[in-house]
Amino acid sequence: MDPAAAKLIGAGLASIALVGAGVGIGTIFGNYLQGALRNPSAAQSQFANLLLGFALAEATGLFGLVVALIILFVF
Amino acid sequence: MIEAAYAAEEAAHGAHDGGLPNPMHQFEIKRLVPFELFGFDASFTNSALYMVIAATLITLFTVYAMRGRALVPSRLQSVAEISYEFVANMVRQNVGTDGMKYFPFIFTLFMFVLALNMLGMLPYSFTVTSHIIVTFALAAFIFIAVTVLGFIKHGVGFLKFFVPSGVPVVMLPLLVIIELISYLTRPISLSVRLFANMMAGHTMLKVFGAFVVALGFLGGWAPLAFMVAFTGLEILVAFLQAYVFAILTCIYLNDALHMHH
Repeated sequence: MDPAAAKLIGAGLASIALVGAGVGIGTIFGNYLQGALRNPSAAQSQFANLLLGFALAEATGLFGLVVALIILFVF
Repeated sequence: MIEAAYAAEEAAHGAHDGGLPNPMHQFEIKRLVPFELFGFDASFTNSALYMVIAATLITLFTVYAMRGRALVPSRLQSVAEISYEFVANMVRQNVGTDGMKYFPFIFTLFMFVLALNMLGMLPYSFTVTSHIIVTFALAAFIFIAVTVLGFIKHGVGFLKFFVPSGVPVVMLPLLVIIELISYLTRPISLSVRLFANMMAGHTMLKVFGAFVVALGFLGGWAPLAFMVAFTGLEILVAFLQAYVFAILTCIYLNDALHMHH
């Protein structure tokens, strides 16, 4: 297989990791909304944890994106 | 010797490939003042320029805003006080009251990363934190400093951090290895999180910007609307990533100072 074509296919496959990011972020925000609708007074105190959880979930997805970019631009 | 490297870079400077500009060109390092030190390329680059701008802006802002030291703050003084309170609360909650002696470092770290991220949002500017070497230098320093602090405070007993309490003895060898590996990946995850967010965000901004121009007057409004919304999101991400970088530093510092697991 032509290396340039293999690079593009590899980058596309590596980007599938972002599915995990989407699922993780949706889970975190969904659970936050569920809790906030049940107990609105406690919602504001957990807002910091929400942002932290979102960033950590997004990070793992972006690690996969970094692999894709490495495949595209380094090799 | 540097001149030969410059000539090769100029020659390899591609531009457009069949119409759409390359979104990765925005991350290029440009030497503004070529300068060699002991055979090493110590040029003043656009990256260094933006770091100087960020540090100058933060210093000027905090010094100028607090020059009045009014008990009832003016609007500008309120902004400085809010940023102070925000980081102080973060340090106090996550490291404890005895961790406040590290507050100057955490405040500097947070304001620097925030300023660098925000400066990158200006059109035609350069995002310093979109380079892995910059974020890795910060994360490696934090990791080494926190580990050294842990060993200073607890001596060899710091290694008990990798042995969680209440674990059956049979599982201990495997668990210690897992704990050790997850500790050693902290600088990597800390640096890659900030780097990937900044690079991916700015690449997307450039790609959609290219779409706006490519679709012209009739079709360009659709990607333009998305660009407006996405730029707003990127400003939020710039703040959020600076906050997450700082709060994870506080959490790692807390792990080293008070080894609760």
